[in-house]
Amino acid sequence: MSANLQRGYNALKEVLDAPIASYFSSCVHCGLCAEACMFYTESGNPKYTPIHKLEPLRRVWFQEATLAGKLMRLVGLAKPVTDELLAEWSPLVYDSCSLCGRCSMVCPVGNDIAYMVRKLREGMAASGNAPEGLVGASKRTVAIGSPMGVKWPAVQAQIRHVQKDTGLTVPVDQAGVEYLVLMSSMEIMNYPEYLAALTRIFHKAGASWTLASDAFEATNSGIQIGASDIAREIVMRIVNAAERLQVGTVVSPECGHAFTAIRWEGPNLAGRTFGFKVKHILEVLDELRRSGRLRTKGNKSIPMTYHDPCQIARRGGVVDQPRTLLQMVASDVKEMDEHGAMNWCCGGGGGVSANERAEPLKLKAFARKKAQIEQTGVKTLVTACANCRITLEEGLEHYGMNITVLGLTELIAESLDDETTSADGGAA
Amino acid sequence: MNATAMDLLIWARGTGFSLALAIALFGLTLRVFEILSLGRKHDFAPAREDSPGSGLRTVFSRSLPLPGMAQKSPITYFGGYVFHVGLLLVIVFFVPHIEAIRAVIGLSWPGLPTAVIDMVSVATLLALVAVLFDRRRNKVKRMLSGFGDYFAWGITFLPMVTGYLAFHHLVLDYTLMLAIHILSVELLLIALPFTKLTHVVTLFLARWYNGDWFGRRGIAS
Amino acid sequence: MNTVETLGEILRRRGVSRRGFMKYCATTASLMALPPAMAETIAARLEKASRPSVIWLSFQECTGCTESMTRSHTPTLEGLILETVSLDYHHTLQAASGEGAEQAREQAMTANAGKYLLVVDGSIPMGDPGYSTIAGMSNVDMLLDAAKNAAAVIAVGSCAAFGGIPKAAPNPTGAVAVSSLVKDKPVINVPGCPPIPVVITGVLAHFLTFGGLPELDHLGRPRVFYGESIHDRCYRRPFYDRGLFAETFDDEGARKGWCLFKLGCKGPVTYNACATTKWNQGTSFPIQSGHGCIGCSEPDFWDLGGFYQALSMPTQKLGKVAGAAIAGGTIAGIAMAAHNRSMKASAKQSHERVSTDELEKGE
Ligand code: SF4
Ligand code: SF4
Ligand code: SF4
Repeated sequence: MSANLQRGYNALKEVLDAPIASYFSSCVHCGLCAEACMFYTESGNPKYTPIHKLEPLRRVWFQEATLAGKLMRLVGLAKPVTDELLAEWSPLVYDSCSLCGRCSMVCPVGNDIAYMVRKLREGMAASGNAPEGLVGASKRTVAIGSPMGVKWPAVQAQIRHVQKDTGLTVPVDQAGVEYLVLMSSMEIMNYPEYLAALTRIFHKAGASWTLASDAFEATNSGIQIGASDIAREIVMRIVNAAERLQVGTVVSPECGHAFTAIRWEGPNLAGRTFGFKVKHILEVLDELRRSGRLRTKGNKSIPMTYHDPCQIARRGGVVDQPRTLLQMVASDVKEMDEHGAMNWCCGGGGGVSANERAEPLKLKAFARKKAQIEQTGVKTLVTACANCRITLEEGLEHYGMNITVLGLTELIAESLDDETTSADGGAA
Repeated sequence: MNATAMDLLIWARGTGFSLALAIALFGLTLRVFEILSLGRKHDFAPAREDSPGSGLRTVFSRSLPLPGMAQKSPITYFGGYVFHVGLLLVIVFFVPHIEAIRAVIGLSWPGLPTAVIDMVSVATLLALVAVLFDRRRNKVKRMLSGFGDYFAWGITFLPMVTGYLAFHHLVLDYTLMLAIHILSVELLLIALPFTKLTHVVTLFLARWYNGDWFGRRGIAS
Repeated sequence: MNTVETLGEILRRRGVSRRGFMKYCATTASLMALPPAMAETIAARLEKASRPSVIWLSFQECTGCTESMTRSHTPTLEGLILETVSLDYHHTLQAASGEGAEQAREQAMTANAGKYLLVVDGSIPMGDPGYSTIAGMSNVDMLLDAAKNAAAVIAVGSCAAFGGIPKAAPNPTGAVAVSSLVKDKPVINVPGCPPIPVVITGVLAHFLTFGGLPELDHLGRPRVFYGESIHDRCYRRPFYDRGLFAETFDDEGARKGWCLFKLGCKGPVTYNACATTKWNQGTSFPIQSGHGCIGCSEPDFWDLGGFYQALSMPTQKLGKVAGAAIAGGTIAGIAMAAHNRSMKASAKQSHERVSTDELEKGE
């Protein structure tokens, strides 16, 4: 066994747990999970059947954690886990799975396949079988602080920009505030509107908030590549900053996997419950709305539809908030046929969009979303994840579709009611 | 005198059944230990309050298809329902089976008229043939399927078909067919813990874990 | 031994009317599932048949079969047909005893070598010949000796046919059926515990009428009598089909004559003529009298579980088996659990921190 394989094999033994054992024990090979996955439905290639992507993990479970498997291995009947196997499976585990979890909703015996793909990636990453694109992103995040190589000065430049545009201050490293705002480098680089929008919304709401100069990046390549050690290192930057600044709530940016990283995986990577809350920006906005601190005026009458980012909706439980918020500012919202917890993924989540090797497949998978959008007949697509947004824009361009993609937070900010300030006028 | 059908029947009802039951119970107990001993890490991420989902909910809700799914794979769903419900009805509501169950667990309940059981059996057999056909025809299923899948199908089909033939006194002498029927059930029992048929037990765990995971995050899965 | 007088002559000498004789022939024909026209043939053949010598050997048996045969009332000619054979040896029925009896047997065997009919009831102990001897001769020796020159062998009763009660587990005497010892002769099995009288005489009649053996099933039983199961001919069958069962012997269902399956009826696996011929001059049969069939005409019926245990029930006590299996599973489970835990622990221990360097295969 090569050192790489050894490390990977060991990592797979580490991730085995009772849910995984139950899942593999229960699979009846009905193939329904394939029907739920756009990588299969759009390509028609059976190798993209979700449960099939887990073969290496299944073998490890069978041979290491069942008596039957151990006996089979003893007599040489068990299928081995080899370097070649892992290399062969790398494209299945990384390129053809966005961890969207749609298959996990459909499997009749209840297998949470996305959960297992995430676990299998631990072994793939540890054995050096992760795709180059994700390896690069992880390296940059660890070394520089963000997967796209964005450094604090770039943020500072954006802060200056926002302050000039809005005439408001963007607080940095302020202790004792209500919210610590995180961003994704995608937002810093591609959607500067996000920070401006937040600045205005928090100002209107009279909410106290801050950015942290040593923890502004919310995305976590460690989660996508499946290396918990790396993910932990990245997440702890935020935890340390939040605790140092003693904030009440850490606000995850729109980016879906960032939310998963800090809200759901974060405490488990840290091995403890945090002393602060973690909320997605849409949750925060909806709370502000409910308490009357967020008001909008006017109503856009152009027809719109909302794309649920998987990690926020299905894997994160934020389904109603974006709809309520969108209702505030738009009068003609058409839902896609399958939405909310059953939305179809854009195809770029779970590290797929950071993995150049996956590009053609990703675009193919996008056909599913394309069909959904076309079915609504609208020309404006709202979403709440910077990564989805990029994938959507690329996909729309690839298919020559003339559709505008908007971020929900900015849409809200655009319609902020400028006349009145916050009712309770909390100090900034 | 050679071994007769009656000898076979006596063995099947006696030693055979005890052996099969023992292996099934041994295996299932072992399997449950194997699974649960792997444990599950404590989730430090605070769960959402007022979640519409839960492990228990999913244990039940997963029995229903999500909207649209049934059209995508009609044979899987329709055939699956018919043969699962059919098997359940035949196993649990055919009076001779109730008597057998009573001998094992000491409980009994009223059965269904044999005419009903007969119809259900035919439907179940047809559904089983249909899902096998689909397993060969559907490219995903074909790719996923190996010896274990066809074996599991065979040992599910065998008790059904032998039971049906025995009941109607077809092909073989009743006593012999009955013996083969019981032996085929025993084969099924023996294989239960060591094939995908284990899902009859572990699917409750799987659904529960799935539902719990989603439920903590505020989703009814 | 006078074997020259034909059956017809004997009957006439005994004053049996032509009408009575024809009635017997008709009954026999219908029993054997022959068209009524065959009654004439039977009559004609029987008329001419000469009185064959019959040697009746009784081994490990209870005399129930003989008892049954002596109670063959209907038609009374059944009894008569015994007189129409020359019963040269039969423990219970013959007048002679001791040396005389054995001499009669040997004499008959020599005089009718190759032509006599050998009837056997009871099974043969192979464990120790001492278990059952007659005049110092072991059963197996006597059987083989008598079978050697017999025209045919009829094993009457389940003991002779299949080993019967003596062979029931754990078979202390090592009892075997006639057919497992007599291999070079046709053996007709007429099982039942006891067999229905008319079935015994019917088989004899068949032999006399047609000279040969009736068509036999895979267990050597004449198809005409053993071709259908009790269940298939049972008048309670409609209740079985509708799912109406007596739960106890004195409940509503029992009074209404519902199916006795749950009370242990073995009718479904029992092939015999009880449900059609019935017993005691066609008066009744066990199921009609409210008791399930015990399967007495089937091999090893004694080992079919309790008489009152439904056919579909497992026959062994399962409590201990189940308990032991679960206990065994728990022990194996605990061992596997310990293994799994240590596997996980050692995996955790040998965890090498994955830094970004390890992400590339290198080396
Ligand atoms: S999680 Fe999504 S992308 Fe991954 S296998 Fe399942 S359905 Fe496909
Ligand atoms: S849907 Fe579930 S049971 Fe069916 S093949 Fe996929 S993982 Fe297996
Ligand atoms: S009483 Fe016995 S033979 Fe008659 S129908 Fe019921 S089970 Fe069959």
